[in-house]
Amino acid sequence: MTERYDAIVVGAGHNGLVCAALLGRAGRKVLVLEAADEVGGAARTRRFAEGFTVSACAHLLYQVQPEVVGELGISLPRAAEGLSTIALSRDGRHVRLNGARVEGVDDADQAQWRDFHRRMTRFADLLAKYLNRIPPRLANGTRRDVLTLAELGLDLRRLGREEMREFLRLIGMNIYDEVEERFQSPLLKGAVSLDAVLGTHLGPRSPNTILTYLYRLCGDHGRASLPAGGMGAVAEALAQCARGHGVTIRTGMPVRRIVVDNGRAAGVETENGETFSSWTIVSNADPKRTLLGLVGSRHLETGFTRRIANLRSRGNAAKLHLALDGLPAFDGLERKELGDRLLIAPDADYVERAFNPAKYGEMSPEPVLEITVPSFRDASLAPTGKHVLSAIVQYAPYQLKAGWSDAAREALKKRAIETIAAYAPDLPGRIVAAELLSPADIEAEFGISGGHWHHAELTLDQFLFVRPVPGAAQYRMPLDGLWLCGAGTHPGGGISGACGRNAARIILKQQKPA
Amino acid sequence: MKTYDAIVVGAGHNGLTNAAFLAKAGLDVLCLEKNDYIGGAAVSRNLYKDWIYSNCSYVCSLLRPEIFRALELHRHGLQVTPYGGGVTFLENGGYFGSYWDTEVAHREYARFSKHDADAYQRYSSDVMRQTRFIREFLLRTPPDPTSFKPRDLKELALLGRRFFEMGEERMQETIRFWTMSVAEYLDEYFETDVIKAALSGSGIIGTALGIHSPGTAYVLLHHYMGEVDGNVGSWGYARGGMGAVSKSMAGAFQSYGGELRTDAGVEQIVVRNGRVKGVALTTGEEIDAKIVVSAMDVKRTFLECMDEKDLPPAFYRRVQNFKIRGSSGKLNIALDGMPTFPALPKNNPLLDGDMHFIDSMERMERAYDDWKDGTWSQDPYVDMVIPTVTDPTMAPPGKHFMSCFVQYCPYRVKGQPWTDEQRQAFGKTVIDQIAKYSPDFKDLILHVEIRTPEDIEREAGLSEGNIFHGELTMDQLLFNRPVPGYAQYRGPVGGLYLCASSTHPGGGVMAAPGANAAREILLDLKRNNTVPENFGDD
Repeated sequence: MTERYDAIVVGAGHNGLVCAALLGRAGRKVLVLEAADEVGGAARTRRFAEGFTVSACAHLLYQVQPEVVGELGISLPRAAEGLSTIALSRDGRHVRLNGARVEGVDDADQAQWRDFHRRMTRFADLLAKYLNRIPPRLANGTRRDVLTLAELGLDLRRLGREEMREFLRLIGMNIYDEVEERFQSPLLKGAVSLDAVLGTHLGPRSPNTILTYLYRLCGDHGRASLPAGGMGAVAEALAQCARGHGVTIRTGMPVRRIVVDNGRAAGVETENGETFSSWTIVSNADPKRTLLGLVGSRHLETGFTRRIANLRSRGNAAKLHLALDGLPAFDGLERKELGDRLLIAPDADYVERAFNPAKYGEMSPEPVLEITVPSFRDASLAPTGKHVLSAIVQYAPYQLKAGWSDAAREALKKRAIETIAAYAPDLPGRIVAAELLSPADIEAEFGISGGHWHHAELTLDQFLFVRPVPGAAQYRMPLDGLWLCGAGTHPGGGISGACGRNAARIILKQQKPA
Repeated sequence: MKTYDAIVVGAGHNGLTNAAFLAKAGLDVLCLEKNDYIGGAAVSRNLYKDWIYSNCSYVCSLLRPEIFRALELHRHGLQVTPYGGGVTFLENGGYFGSYWDTEVAHREYARFSKHDADAYQRYSSDVMRQTRFIREFLLRTPPDPTSFKPRDLKELALLGRRFFEMGEERMQETIRFWTMSVAEYLDEYFETDVIKAALSGSGIIGTALGIHSPGTAYVLLHHYMGEVDGNVGSWGYARGGMGAVSKSMAGAFQSYGGELRTDAGVEQIVVRNGRVKGVALTTGEEIDAKIVVSAMDVKRTFLECMDEKDLPPAFYRRVQNFKIRGSSGKLNIALDGMPTFPALPKNNPLLDGDMHFIDSMERMERAYDDWKDGTWSQDPYVDMVIPTVTDPTMAPPGKHFMSCFVQYCPYRVKGQPWTDEQRQAFGKTVIDQIAKYSPDFKDLILHVEIRTPEDIEREAGLSEGNIFHGELTMDQLLFNRPVPGYAQYRGPVGGLYLCASSTHPGGGVMAAPGANAAREILLDLKRNNTVPENFGDD
């Protein structure tokens, strides 16, 4: 006996939840099926040791689109906002960044930073406007598509002649040349480089890294905030909102396949054999998993299948979680600054050197890290007096030549801890428990192909009109009734909700089938 | 004192092309060259006994046929002979050959992979489509996207129209092609490492990027968009070496009444009241002209031959930050006879073409890592040709000239000037690599000229020895080349123009920048314009 829904969302990641909530709000009868026992996908809080919890993948919010929060009428639980970024130095003379302010560099660098920040945020605002739109079709589109294209052209012109030229010059460029042109301080160069390459398979010298940097600024201009209760609380807030709109969410229900009937998506079948029917199937899973896994290439056109198979989605970011019996002491860092965002990327060349081995399927001998101690601001994460440290460790290529064995994982964990210990010598002695999630673990645990946090590399050839692949950039897949709403679609990964919102909007524009 | 209508600084192929078109339109033109020979980087040098070295550029394909015809270069002795063949030698003793005949090529690919043999057809037609798109814009002045002038709007509209005419799917493919790395692009077609490595070389020649860097797929195009005798994508040798190209252009220029002076290095482009007045030579001599056209790269033009105070500050800073990076070196070798390559039978036609010794993508990329680290590649990508197989005029009977283009080689070693020891070590790296595949090669060597980017800068005047006068990255292409706002060949000072590879469409012995600049100059002077623009492609 199958139940019929107006829409079924496969996967309760944050984008799936946003999409479901918006569909529910519009009066649709929506079912969300989630493989894991809890909602959130990569936005989940994870207990990794007795009494210690941490944001499992994403650990900071900096990109939540105001449109999403506004339309859903929710407020996200935050433990701290406007975190500073501190680029750590071995000699304790750190560089501190917050918005347009920078400390620890000379006057020339400060002036350059203000100018750089002003320009970048301006460009990011322009970009952000289009992140919240459905990408227009370049041809064969509707009048709305043509208008959006024209508006994009007009917005570029509105930047003014000089700024428009600068935009067109920078958009395809690498971050390395830009920071080398502007700044003197190696730490500042390193920090900006790291922000540009976090979560990508790119080094600072790779063209395209200005784009990834701008992407990061879309939303909150790069100001990071810390969710209260871990990222899982954010997902829980979205799930509650969805339920409030009448959405049914069922966890522990892995989907085995998307049922194709008469050349169109007609429902889903779960691993336990239940089937659910709907003419609208929205997948929050990544494009490869959805199309090659859940649908199957026999239902798709060959050229399209090839494109999906060619989608680049090899993750490089590993996640380190440490349970600590007390706060570590970083040289030259005040205690209160442990609540900020700490970077280990002493200079741009260091970041590039860390990237080199990733090209050959080896991990960085000297990794770059983004470190937070969330328990400092959010006591709910650890027992009283104890703390958790959460760090993104790069580069740990998904396709490790030797494979992701336990030994490889241990080796990277050791390397990452040693790297941090160079700045916080008492850290190793405080570790009660430690865990490292490699991209392969992230793939296995969260179902993201390649363990890539954008689902698909965020480069110009997989961006905007051509994301994830040509012919599928408008959330609609070339199989009737099938839609994508995850990070693999426009605009991309990060906890932004834009993908889910855009997908819901275009789905709602469709007439319900009779 | 005489005032010329125009002075062209530098007698490289672009300078000569520009000068020839100006003279053809009736201008009184003087072309100045610092060396005692013309040609810039398109030269035939007699550096060892009776051998002629194409010691900078060494093969010909990009030279626009419209220019060839308009300047009647054949009447001035230019003859380009296409060559076939080409081979990549494998570490395991095998080889991967390149063939023009599609049937044969298919069989060769199939030796490695049936899948790749089939993919090759698709790859060729896809790349050819991109080639056809770009070719139309080589001989056009790039529009300024921020301008509302009718001509810019018209040119933008043409660009847009050509783009939209492709249809949705191909438009999307084009966006991807222009932004991808060559490695990723090839990954979409091929599965065999050897085949990918062999094809990826064209994506990095002359470029300070690795095969995995986004944007290198476009560089591939830059090596496919030429032609010989109407065969798009084929390459040839100029009979008598690359100097024959410059010589024929100089011939055309002089036949139109132009005046050519060698040994006349320009010290300064003289500016008075915001307008060029002429040039001052290193000897102190001053020559006046109404306009000055620089065939030098932008850095050399503005940072070395002009006063900062004469230039807008924003422009000056942009030029300082212009990316012009030495990434390639060269070995020119006189051989006592034809070396043997045991992987192939003697006189195999594959040896007529370009030979390579890198058979994996990892080796390709690692070569780049060495460069980033400030040193030459320990296992470099060498593009080697023996033109004397096709053109016997370049060496005595039975003897040969070999040209080895080497990627990557830094302008400075770890930031320091090259020492002679390092130069020799660099040469040895290349010779050893070749000798691994040709046991008798070392014994046949009579003379070697080793050229680092530093040497190329000193002799040919290319800043940092960059063969393209500036990186071919998206931020320095089309309307961004050389710097945004100055892509239409006009400098920031009245009467000053740029006509070399720092401008659209970039480097290579193409002559398009020279011709495009001439068109703009003649437009400004309201002269009869004889520069070809309309493109009768295939």
